Amino acid sequence: MYRILNAKLLADKIYLMDVEAPRIAKACQPGEFIIVKMDDKGERIPLTICDYNREKGSVTIVFQTVGASTERMAVLKAGDSFEDVVGPLGNPSEFVHEDIEELKKKKFLFVAGGVGTAPVYPQVKWMREHGIDVDVIIGSKSKSLLILEDAMREQAGNLYVTTDDGSYERKGMVTEVIKDLVQNQGKKYDECIAIGPMIMMKFVCLLTRELEIPTIVSLNPVMVDGTGMCGACRITVGGEVKFACVDGPEFDGHLVNFEEAMKRQMMYKSEEGRAVLKESEGDTHHGGCGQCGGDE
Amino acid sequence: MDVLKKVPVREQDPKVRAKNFEEVCLGYNEKEAREEASRCINCKNPKCVVGCPVSINIPGFIKEVENGNIEEASKVIALSSALPAVCGRVCPQESQCEGVCIRGIKGEPVSIGKLERFVADWAREHGIVPQAPETTNGIKVAVIGSGPSGLTCAGDLAKLGYEVTIFEALHEPGGVLTYGIPEFRLPKAGVVQPEIDNVRKLGVVIETNVIIGKSVTIDQLFDEEGFQAVFIGSGAGLPMFMGIPGENANGVFSANEYLTRSNLMKAFRDDYDTPIAAGKRVAVVGGGNVAMDAARTALRLGAEVHVVYRRSEAELPARAEEVHHAKEEGIIFDLLSNPTEILTDEKGWVNGMKCIKMELGEADASGRRKPVEVENSEFVIDVDTVIMSLGTSPNPLISNTTKGLDINKRRCIIAEESTGKTSKEGVYAGGDAVTGAATVILAMEAGRAGAKGIHEFLSAKE
Repeated sequence: MYRILNAKLLADKIYLMDVEAPRIAKACQPGEFIIVKMDDKGERIPLTICDYNREKGSVTIVFQTVGASTERMAVLKAGDSFEDVVGPLGNPSEFVHEDIEELKKKKFLFVAGGVGTAPVYPQVKWMREHGIDVDVIIGSKSKSLLILEDAMREQAGNLYVTTDDGSYERKGMVTEVIKDLVQNQGKKYDECIAIGPMIMMKFVCLLTRELEIPTIVSLNPVMVDGTGMCGACRITVGGEVKFACVDGPEFDGHLVNFEEAMKRQMMYKSEEGRAVLKESEGDTHHGGCGQCGGDE
Repeated sequence: MDVLKKVPVREQDPKVRAKNFEEVCLGYNEKEAREEASRCINCKNPKCVVGCPVSINIPGFIKEVENGNIEEASKVIALSSALPAVCGRVCPQESQCEGVCIRGIKGEPVSIGKLERFVADWAREHGIVPQAPETTNGIKVAVIGSGPSGLTCAGDLAKLGYEVTIFEALHEPGGVLTYGIPEFRLPKAGVVQPEIDNVRKLGVVIETNVIIGKSVTIDQLFDEEGFQAVFIGSGAGLPMFMGIPGENANGVFSANEYLTRSNLMKAFRDDYDTPIAAGKRVAVVGGGNVAMDAARTALRLGAEVHVVYRRSEAELPARAEEVHHAKEEGIIFDLLSNPTEILTDEKGWVNGMKCIKMELGEADASGRRKPVEVENSEFVIDVDTVIMSLGTSPNPLISNTTKGLDINKRRCIIAEESTGKTSKEGVYAGGDAVTGAATVILAMEAGRAGAKGIHEFLSAKE
């Protein structure tokens, strides 16, 4: 059993939990993910690691409720436990292996969208710990869905927040902020790391290709085991089939086939969404409601 | 009683079982078992023992069954096998013990597998459990993977007094016994878990959710956690795909994914959260035991199922019994057919599979006749789901993170057959991680060899 040390609601339907998992807390690095399973009947759910505390032996996860399993998870409180937590899975972010002095010469731009702010956070924090200031853009649908703003501000060099509906700070998509920074404010970036909804990563990549900024994205398709066994998370990168769990989760965003990845995501997301809707609406639900978690 | 024939074993009616996940074979009762046991002629030079990878004293246990001493029979088997209820169900006896049975020269061989199963089930139902040694020697050994090789190795080492910890990557122990082989062939709660519990009763600790190479490395097990030796029995878990167009379409699964969702995650039950896209018309590509398992699972989930295999029936690598059961249940075999493309609708879902007819040509290196395409013979099978069952290869997670551990071109760990010794001191390996995908019993044999190798290594060290 893996005890929950702290649980709180960050924003509408977005939850943060610190979970006791000493082996993972000791071994994990930015970019990696874990899989949690709340009880014997639960699904195995892959989640990126938002933070870790090696002394306390805990890791922090952030998730949004998108279906039956995450709805059930959301009611857990401090003192409750997950039956299973496994990891770390996947590969650490590439910069972890690079020479610090070389890294310091580079200018990084992090682009976080929605819940994707959670996996961006440990990367930005790692940069700060190594004396590297980075620019961070957080995009959110609205002010009520914005998460980790203060925490990110502490770790980032410059933080730019934008909301789709203009309810807070800038109004507009993250791509508009990137354009503004590069084209109007004359900023130059050597590398961009974009993590968020698939559709956001796709559009960021279209733009950064134009701007000639190499871009890394983190893909988190639904998977079963997370160790390379099921092959459910296969995606096409540069014409080659890769497994997000063991070959990723981070890939060169300019090579990812987003169209295919988005289609594949729908298969599983709607599957899970359907389970909830079956329960709440019975046989009357036949899809097309936009609530199946499509691109979140 | 016709002494030339096996006492028939009771099975669920094919029409009934095609709709449920209950075990197909019902096994012998005591009367039937004793009758079958009486067919054994107790050869002076028993070939069956040689045919058994773990050398069970087969005539010995059968004699006890014949005399009604079932508990004694279970003790005879326990000397050689930690997983008899499993092996009695999934071993390919026809090519091992029963394949060389003298009784089989004229008539049918003794039904050794069904007798082993009977004894193991009887022992479980009567609460016969293995005894842990009274004291341990305090020497810690780590076993990676809780499949057949890991469980066997751990059990053997525990009996010798070692303090054994098994590290399992998934949330349930058992490896392929748990995630791979379906309930209707190998019941989980009734058969697999009790056998695993028996290994625990020998003093073995199983820590789940630990991925060696990620959660902790082999070097850390030695340097930081005090283990003196390591056995790698991590299996061959990576699924292969064909590399044909459309293979990433929605509705194309590896057999591993399909079976894991159903067996490990229990997606076939409404009260579990994990979904499975059951499919209405399913094609399973491949002809091995795993293909049969996937096909028969899809059938039970309500689909019409085609097994698509590029050679003919004679070359099907699956056990004859599995093919027989599959046919009885209504699986359709599209033989001498090979997929060339998976067709999709505008949303990216499978809506057909293009295949080409094959014919058998000259024998290839494996001795089997090589399938060659028949020109202009392409046709489309109307399916909405495709399950690829083309084999698996070992996971590189451990070999990539363990310095000094040599692997071959197929990413299999290089290990001595008789001891499991690898290129790295104190590290032993066996099972599918070494051989590539094979059988439960061969993995058990390798686990046994590994335990012997580790015992010799640690004894010499002191």
